[in-house]
Amino acid sequence: MAEAGGSLPGYRARRLLAGRGRYVGDMAVPGMLHAAFLRSPHAHAAIRAIDTAEAAAMPGVAAVYTAADLAPVCAPWRGVHALFPDLKAAWQTALAADTARFVGEPVAIVLAESRAEAEDAVEAIAVDFDPLPARVDPVAARDGQGPPIHGDFGTDIAFTATVDTGDTDTAFAEAAHVAEAEFRFARHTGVPLEPRGLLAEFEPTERRLTVHISHQCPAQMQDAYARLLGLEEHRVRMVAPDVGGAFGIKQQLHADEIATAAAAILVGRPVRFLADRLESFLADIQAREHVVRGRLALDAGGRILAFDIDDLFAIGPYSQYPRTSLGEGRALLSLVGAPYAFAAVRARTTVVHQTKGMAGHYRGVGHPIACAVTEGLMDAGARGAGLDPLALRRRNLIGEAAFPYRTPTGVRYERLRLGAVMDALEAGVDLDALTAEREAARAQGRLFGVGLAVFVEMTARGPTFYGDGEVAVSTRDGCVVKLEPSGVVRCQSSVTEQGQGAETGVWQVVAETLGVSPEAVDMTTGDSAVCYHGGGTWASRSMAIGGRAAREAAAALKAEILALAAALLQNDPDALDLVDGVIVARAGGAGRMSLGELAAIAHFRPHLLPGGHQPRLIAAASYGPTDAPFRAGCGVQLSVVEIEAETGLVRPLSHAVAHDCGPIVNTRAVEEQLRGGIVQGIGAALYEELHYDADGQLLNGSLADYLVPMAGEMPDIAILHVPPDPSAGDDAMAGVGEAGTAGAPAALLNAVNDALAPRAASLFELPMTPERVLRALGVL
Amino acid sequence: MTGTVAVTATINGRSVRAEVPARLTLADFLRERLALTGTHLGCEHGVCGACTVVVDGRAVRACLMLAARIDGAVVETIEGASDSGRLAALQDAFRTRGALQCGFCTAGLLLTAAELLAEDPAPTREAVRAGLSGNYCRCTGYEAIVDAVLAAAGTGDG
Repeated sequence: MAEAGGSLPGYRARRLLAGRGRYVGDMAVPGMLHAAFLRSPHAHAAIRAIDTAEAAAMPGVAAVYTAADLAPVCAPWRGVHALFPDLKAAWQTALAADTARFVGEPVAIVLAESRAEAEDAVEAIAVDFDPLPARVDPVAARDGQGPPIHGDFGTDIAFTATVDTGDTDTAFAEAAHVAEAEFRFARHTGVPLEPRGLLAEFEPTERRLTVHISHQCPAQMQDAYARLLGLEEHRVRMVAPDVGGAFGIKQQLHADEIATAAAAILVGRPVRFLADRLESFLADIQAREHVVRGRLALDAGGRILAFDIDDLFAIGPYSQYPRTSLGEGRALLSLVGAPYAFAAVRARTTVVHQTKGMAGHYRGVGHPIACAVTEGLMDAGARGAGLDPLALRRRNLIGEAAFPYRTPTGVRYERLRLGAVMDALEAGVDLDALTAEREAARAQGRLFGVGLAVFVEMTARGPTFYGDGEVAVSTRDGCVVKLEPSGVVRCQSSVTEQGQGAETGVWQVVAETLGVSPEAVDMTTGDSAVCYHGGGTWASRSMAIGGRAAREAAAALKAEILALAAALLQNDPDALDLVDGVIVARAGGAGRMSLGELAAIAHFRPHLLPGGHQPRLIAAASYGPTDAPFRAGCGVQLSVVEIEAETGLVRPLSHAVAHDCGPIVNTRAVEEQLRGGIVQGIGAALYEELHYDADGQLLNGSLADYLVPMAGEMPDIAILHVPPDPSAGDDAMAGVGEAGTAGAPAALLNAVNDALAPRAASLFELPMTPERVLRALGVL
Repeated sequence: MTGTVAVTATINGRSVRAEVPARLTLADFLRERLALTGTHLGCEHGVCGACTVVVDGRAVRACLMLAARIDGAVVETIEGASDSGRLAALQDAFRTRGALQCGFCTAGLLLTAAELLAEDPAPTREAVRAGLSGNYCRCTGYEAIVDAVLAAAGTGDG
């Protein structure tokens, strides 16, 4: 396709900049009630009795419901997958019935005239909890110390999976160099600035449920809500209005959300629930709690012989619905050693239950873990073998000639331009000068480090994984374009917008493909009653899939427009074009008529069209990859840090990323996706950690206590695009939404260890907080 | 808990009189009573900056201030500041530089940046980063926002 690559500003930007956004929390309807939840104060407790009488009598309270009340209208669920029948997934209900299994699990819902009154009434609910032992430590869960939290399973191990290719034992036995480390990744979460929320309205005569919800995947939730609430799917309408960030946190079913919808059905009035920040920290999907033992075998020439990986992954008490909580462990098995050629790998993931918040998908699902383990071992291997980290990587990258390439972990790449991204990094960053700067700093006794991380991002997933898994997740997207009588084109796309620019990309694709100004294209997204049943936002798919559908729809409408114009003008359609909203002669470019004139004739005076033309003025297309499980992008990140030896504080000084994602629609959107993702990755590397104590209590459930990256600490980030490949077709387009988050923790990890190396210290635990750095330095 | 307070304030240039519950925050008052929903709630701890509004000329956190305290005050929200045109250069720079994504933090950043530029019309890049350090943005990674503020100040390098 043509390299568009413009940088059209965001479709919603003017409105959002004027404070005219319309998020769920800005919406109110007549009769609306506000929901508040009584949440379990215990990590694990039997619920003996609940007395709601006093709460129900309080001012403004319309209803108080418990699990028993919701059971008739809301079925239980569990996140299972037909390809993984061994997954032990416990049934979950909208409100905890007989047992609560994490602090913050919803137990009762209060509906009142205001949120404040609802919160007051929550305080008046009396619950007789009988505390049970908390299960916090993943190692104890794996090793069966103490009773399992789901007694029926007889174990806290929910799932194990392995990859075993080649002769790993012999490779390690014969290796010239072996690098080994235990990596620890702290549980953290996405922290979108707009907390989760929804407004549910039920119309009982037709049994129609309309839900405005801060979500990435309205079509998926239409299925889930219909299924669990016993409604006909076409009578469930899910609308995502403006969404204040999502990052995977707004991709699944959350119990408090469907409890709100169930309560709206029972009470017969609209109900709005907006999570506050404490509820968000307690009950949003969390991620990334792993302990990974990793080994790397190198031969005397610095070639990779084998990886040996053992992952322990803790997911909380339930498997997220509908996609399951296996993603991170499975991604790690697939992506160990992702950019490199090697023959042998042994990898295992053990997924365990515990009584902490639920864990599942957050931006980059498993990629940051796989990249940090792989790249951390590569640097440890380089140090052990006395090799330059860049040279070691160059030596082991999968070469251009090897594609299509099947990795020993079982992943097929059509193509990765790994050499090109390394070239782009070396062309864009003066690595020699950086090395000189580091040596000068070290000569002064400063802890200055440079770290590299090569990453592969698996984007735009195809249909087999969820399709064969019997999970109702669409991997397609669709687009309808309609020519209005004014000459404006109305576009209804199933991409969804949470800020990343997916909607803007479709807008740009439609305008450019048709040959009209962006102002002449009006967008509708996020409404399941209007838009195609498409996948929405996940796995960096919007442009590769939704953009392609939009281009095909727009091309079809353009062909009809030119055919109609040719009929009116008694010309050959091939002799005409549409440029800036004007039908022009292809030869010479003379304007013949405006698109508005044509549209008005086609709508209101179609009898003027010769030959009995029947104008359609509408075109549609849908697309989803069916030929490959992924479109893969790749890149390399470079981090430069300095550690304050006295405090252990790591300062990121600069950061660069060279990347290839195939043809680019909107360069600015791509760059800002990379930057935003990298800063989230820096957060994971240096700051973000959900602290649970031994009783399973969350200790830092506020933004005052849970550290996130702020403007003052973040570096500027250089973006280095690999020169476009003119031979690359549509299938070469990959996403970039998770590229930054995938590689940044690894780059920071390597930079910190480079800085620590002169002190013979090392650190493989993220986030690399001052305390951990000082412990690594032997100061604490 | 149930007491109310009478307040009279100038909000976005208009005189507003209201009886407000003593416990009602300024943010909830603006959003729920006056439908000024451009003021967003992100943390309700005064940390994230999404609820930033201007009270008597100073940027404040509307989630930390009680509505009862604005009696006699002049309050400006993003709606008023935007309609007055005083943010136009910043808004244009944010839009063209891609300095907003989801838009949830944007009102707070614009009002904070405007105050920063009023105090220092030609700030350094470091001063802009420091000045915006009380506003959480999860989407952009901040660089585009810093660029946009510098561009609006006329000190950006393009």
